[in-house]
Amino acid sequence: MSQAVEQAVDQGSAPASARPATRPPAQCKLSIRRLDFFYGANRALKGIDLDLPERQVTGMIGPSGCGKSTLLRVLNRMYDLYPGQRAEGEVLMEGMNILASTVDLNALRSRIGMVFQKPTPFPMSIFDNIAFGVKLHERLSRAEMAERVEWSLTRAALWGEVRDRLASPASGLSGGQQQRLCIARTIATRPEIILLDEPTSALDPISTLKIEELIDELKRDFTIAIVTHNMQQAARCADQVAFFYLGELVEVGQAGDIFTNPKQKRTQEYVTGRFG
Amino acid sequence: MDVTASQALHPAEASLPPVPARTPSRGVGDRIFALAAHSAGYFVLILLGSIIVLLFWGGLPAFRAFGPGFLASAAWNPVTERFGALVSVYGTIVSSVLALMMAVPLAFGVAFFLTELAPGWMRRPVGTAIELLAAVPSIIYGMWGFFVLAPAIGHTIKPFLSSTLGQVPGLAVFRAAPGDASIFTASVVLAIMIIPFIAATMRDVFLTVPVIFKESAFGLGCTSWEVMRSIVLPYTRASVVGGIMLGLGRALGETMAVTFVIGNTNRISPSLFAPGNTIASLVALEFPEAEGGSLQLSSLLALGFLLFVISFVVLAISRTLLVQRVRH
Repeated sequence: MSQAVEQAVDQGSAPASARPATRPPAQCKLSIRRLDFFYGANRALKGIDLDLPERQVTGMIGPSGCGKSTLLRVLNRMYDLYPGQRAEGEVLMEGMNILASTVDLNALRSRIGMVFQKPTPFPMSIFDNIAFGVKLHERLSRAEMAERVEWSLTRAALWGEVRDRLASPASGLSGGQQQRLCIARTIATRPEIILLDEPTSALDPISTLKIEELIDELKRDFTIAIVTHNMQQAARCADQVAFFYLGELVEVGQAGDIFTNPKQKRTQEYVTGRFG
Repeated sequence: MDVTASQALHPAEASLPPVPARTPSRGVGDRIFALAAHSAGYFVLILLGSIIVLLFWGGLPAFRAFGPGFLASAAWNPVTERFGALVSVYGTIVSSVLALMMAVPLAFGVAFFLTELAPGWMRRPVGTAIELLAAVPSIIYGMWGFFVLAPAIGHTIKPFLSSTLGQVPGLAVFRAAPGDASIFTASVVLAIMIIPFIAATMRDVFLTVPVIFKESAFGLGCTSWEVMRSIVLPYTRASVVGGIMLGLGRALGETMAVTFVIGNTNRISPSLFAPGNTIASLVALEFPEAEGGSLQLSSLLALGFLLFVISFVVLAISRTLLVQRVRH
């Protein structure tokens, strides 16, 4: 399937609507094309071709070191912080190659938000944690800001728990609450894409469940990519699942297909727990 | 049924042999080592205590003769035997605080550059250079300050500041004064000497901020400066202040470099470009000439005691602030 897409792009003529019929009817939000990634001389991603369908959840699975987190860090150019790391190829967001050196990284990162493995509440109040990111990109009045904070906390299913203590430090929240705070902080800048890097790996099962429900709810508005080690989580949350192994994209397809009827032998072995 | 239940409840009684009596001692070597370690620990306390006591004891005649007025008097006259601490305490504090005001922004810049901006190949050489700067003996700074820095300041910064800010009414601190040796020159030398300490401490504490927090901020679209201001500094505030106090502690006690460039005049002048002295420089100059048992010697020892107290307070504050770790 990815070959077919690649050919279509190579010909440069096929419009987005003329994708192969196996693809869901959703529009493609982000297109990764022939992406290579290097840590110094070490090639960590090899010729990745992947589309993120708009307002769907793409799950990225694979054993440790397979490159799935690396791919996520390419999508918001986080690797730019580190000398010696570079990406080759294209990542197209509405026709714009976000890997181009001319891209305004701060603006890009307001459009593509990221949530990390561990909760990262900033050393400030709950309110300021949310307002912090918004202030970087928008000038809002006090009332507008309060509205935005309430909106994002509500969307992150945290408003009811923190509405009475918005001024207290975010470090006083529980781990699960902190992670939802980080999600609220990310959606507060109203990104188009949210990248989740193993967002529940540091959380207890109940908090994990809440985050998963939240992901389901957020995909109505956002395009989501989630890296996870937990196959059940990928099966529960993702519409599309991509399996990575040793820096290659082995297989991508509908979540149901990947878990019940994978085309590749390696995918089957991984999802049935025979290695990884 | 009953038997198995009781066995399940008390399995140890059934299976374990009785505990033999344990040997009370592990031998002579352990005891000698413990004694040696204890003595070493107590020795430090005794040393510190005896320094304080002896300084105070030596200064006692001066404290007796002048009372609390010793602190408030600007006199220093070995002929009439009138002594006071005001001028040298003033010089010590002013030159150190001024040095801090110059050193902190520069040191912050160095640390910010080294942790956030510098390309990878530059971090190690510049970091090492900073550490080597801290290893330069203070006498070198003194000679260099005397021959190079003091004339340079006298020809450039002094005329500039005195002809601009010095003309503003109420800013007498920038008014020109004769001579190149001055409190201002001493502050510049002190600033250069403490920059390495403060910069190295700041760099080290900046590096303790977990990468994931910085990435979170970058991920929201922060610039390097915004990450520094909103994430790194709040996380490390206490340690940064601790590092600054460490620099202040060093500036307060610095002797040779200051003695070379401060002019050694026992007078409080409104101008920073006028010469002055500090506790350390005054003691260094007059101690060899003071006669045993004289009030002069006693006054110098009293000054030493005061310096000790000031430095001790500063260091105590820096220690308390440095131990407060990054919270997360």
